[in-house]
Amino acid sequence: MARVILKGNDAVVRGAILAGCRVYFGYPITPASEIAETAAYYMPLVGGVFLQAESEVAAINMVYGAAGAGARAMTASSGPGISLKMEGVSYIAGAELPCVIVSIGRGGPGLGNIAPEQGDYHQVVWGGGHGNYRNIVLAPNSVQEMADHGILAFALADRYRNPVFILTDGAIGQMMEPVEFPETVVTPPEKEWAVGVGAARRPNLISSILLDPDELEAHVAKLEEKYTRIVEQEVRAEAYELEDAELVVVAFGIVSRVARSAIEVLRKEGCKVGMLRPITLWPFPEPQLRELAAQERVQRFLTIEMSNGQMVRDVRLAVEGRKPVEFYGRTGGNIPTEVELIEQIRCQTEA
Amino acid sequence: MDVKFAKPKSFYEIYERKPGANKEGIHYCPGCGHGIIHKMIAEAVQDLEIQDRTVVISPVGCSVFAYYYFDTGNIQSAHGRAPAVGTGVKRTHPDSIVISYQGDGDLAAIGTAEIVHAANRGEQMTVIFVNNAIYGMTGGQMAPTTLEGQRTTTTPYGRKKENEGQPVRVAELIDALEAPVYVERTTLSDVKGRTRTRKAIRKALKYQSENRGFSLVEVLSSCPTGWGVTPVDANQWIREKMEAVFPVGLLRDRAADIEARPLEPRPFVRENLHQLLEIPEPGTGDAQAAAAQGAGEMQHVDERYRNPRIKVAGFGGQGILFLGLGIASTGMELGYQVSWLPSYGPEMRGGTANCSVRVSSDLIGSPIVAETDILVAFNKPSLAKFEPDVRAGGVVFYDSSLIDASPQRDDIEAVSVPATQLADELGNTKAANMVMFGAIAEKTGLFSLEEVRQHLGGYIKKKKLIPLNERAIERGATYVREGA
Ligand SMILES: Cc1ncc(C[n+]2csc(CCOP(=O)(O)OP(=O)(O)O)c2C)c(N)n1
Ligand code: SF4
Repeated sequence: MARVILKGNDAVVRGAILAGCRVYFGYPITPASEIAETAAYYMPLVGGVFLQAESEVAAINMVYGAAGAGARAMTASSGPGISLKMEGVSYIAGAELPCVIVSIGRGGPGLGNIAPEQGDYHQVVWGGGHGNYRNIVLAPNSVQEMADHGILAFALADRYRNPVFILTDGAIGQMMEPVEFPETVVTPPEKEWAVGVGAARRPNLISSILLDPDELEAHVAKLEEKYTRIVEQEVRAEAYELEDAELVVVAFGIVSRVARSAIEVLRKEGCKVGMLRPITLWPFPEPQLRELAAQERVQRFLTIEMSNGQMVRDVRLAVEGRKPVEFYGRTGGNIPTEVELIEQIRCQTEA
Repeated sequence: MDVKFAKPKSFYEIYERKPGANKEGIHYCPGCGHGIIHKMIAEAVQDLEIQDRTVVISPVGCSVFAYYYFDTGNIQSAHGRAPAVGTGVKRTHPDSIVISYQGDGDLAAIGTAEIVHAANRGEQMTVIFVNNAIYGMTGGQMAPTTLEGQRTTTTPYGRKKENEGQPVRVAELIDALEAPVYVERTTLSDVKGRTRTRKAIRKALKYQSENRGFSLVEVLSSCPTGWGVTPVDANQWIREKMEAVFPVGLLRDRAADIEARPLEPRPFVRENLHQLLEIPEPGTGDAQAAAAQGAGEMQHVDERYRNPRIKVAGFGGQGILFLGLGIASTGMELGYQVSWLPSYGPEMRGGTANCSVRVSSDLIGSPIVAETDILVAFNKPSLAKFEPDVRAGGVVFYDSSLIDASPQRDDIEAVSVPATQLADELGNTKAANMVMFGAIAEKTGLFSLEEVRQHLGGYIKKKKLIPLNERAIERGATYVREGA
């Protein structure tokens, strides 16, 4: 099928609409605003709802209401706005509602800056809100994947009745690349548990409160069972030049793109380096990493991030100390250059 | 008391969700206003025959368990967010009846933003605001509606306006907005007040069922436990103290000015979705696919310019990002892999803009262009900034009508094009970027002029601008070919 050239922030919305999303609530913030703008443009054309909320807190709670009412609902933001959404995300996870939240990372902490960064990994992947819950987290590294994940995210959200994050960075959000969209047009499934109109809906209750400690413990256990299933079934990762790799780079988002270019160059020079790119950050590709760590030829891992070292902890947990796990990071919104990574990767190999 | 009347049908017969042995009594303290208000809502829901489409939003506060009682759809929401949650429900199901039930901490403290904006949007919902001048659930702390001098566990010496401000009059606040259709404050302190409250709740729900807009009923309600008084004294306190600060009465009823209107149908659109989304329709794209076959390894392009990493830079408003998009878009149509990455945000507001463009016969790793094969500079600062990044043997195109210096390095090729001047001569300064596109195509052979022309429509949305752009491309190419 023909390709069309789009921004990542735009592609994710059009993908979501193909996936049956018809409800969007958001609040502007650079570098995520085009997501709201694209939704504002297309939602009215497809019988959907776009509403600019008074804050990210309100937006995520509107998503809670819409998801509780059975809609495929979406919101998006960046750094400071994602912080504000965390209250709602915890409620959504607790009430087991499906929804999609796009996080276009920018420099932090605080107001930081608007340049691309990955410093929200902890917040999004490890929680951010209160209580015992997990988010499914997809990590697109191209505009094509922004579109694909816009579709996949809703499928996962409904399959597991769980919030799904699409976590990427300002560069992937702002860049344009050719995209191919599938033919499929999804009509969202009927959700018999949702509130709405009709006598059959009356018994339905959307809630996350369980006063009784044993009941809440049972609920948390049920969530854990679900999370175990997700871990077993939904890990996604891309292997690049790993067949004979002695050094394994681990990177996601824009960093994985730069790393790929660096690896291309190094491979030509005979350097046995490859990359494992997590496509799901949760569930994290632990099995893949564990297997690599068990390979005799693999000497070390190098995690490269645009943060102070957040994903590297997950890599270390997966590698379980079997091999050294090094870290190279840039912060402030700086994207490491290819030359910089070639240097980093090489010195790691020679070490 | 009131709760002994026959149960309305929109209450559950047995409160199964309520923990403990007593599934028939309510969880509220004796003399608490919440139970009375619940019952009035349930009666109205029953009488208006809206039970099957009603969704009650339980707040955080003593009424967090409203869903024990209402035999309707129920959503429990985060503290203060009920109007936002209700917005989500109502926008999803415009034919539902949404009741946002909120206490004074919930609505007038933590949820101030949500209530003001839901009201201001004229969100089609009914807000029942229970003002009991205290935080009941958490054990009697100060509320935004706590009276001056009132002792609570967090104002042990009495609320002082110098420290905590004065009580917030919510009904008046909401009445200051344009959109709400109906705002009234009532009291539960006596029989007359209760009758008035019952009517007000009914009216608010009726208006919603007629799609007339947003209503808020503020009910002055007792919290004998939080106040540390008997139910009887509580009613007297409302009458004497609260009603003095929060005058009961109608603030607004604009229903007569607003027609009862039917809902606009909002069908879920599936048909022609690709077309509506402006993405290629299923089954199209053969031309691009064929081009991809032909594009191959870019063998027809001089080695120096094959798979180029391009940087376009200049002032905002010079069409810098657009030229980059043109190059990327043309490359895509010819079947190549392409990427376009802009500088964005305040950087652009400062007046400069640049973008990285890659056109490649292979999958593109990094979309960031640091080491540059082709630099296109539209102003002096951009030339100075990016010239050092050009790889030895690379090429720099620069707008010599705006840049009075030439590139400094002697290991790169410099192509001067007075793009702005040539565009002016064509009658539109804005076409300078496309003059440059023509020059780039002619010089590098990356695309033929015919290819550039053919795919203009892919990224130029205003079709009437295409002829001008065609001339600009031609002019740039001629300039490079003939040196004038
Ligand atoms: C974010 C958050 N902050 C604080 C609380 C604790 N909390 C529970 S109820 C409540 C006050 C409720 O008071 P009000 O809205 O007046 O309702 P009432 O109990 O008096 O009916 C507070 C502060 C909470 N649940 N969530
Ligand atoms: S504490 Fe006050 S508001 Fe809460 S149930 Fe008791 S009387 Fe009612």
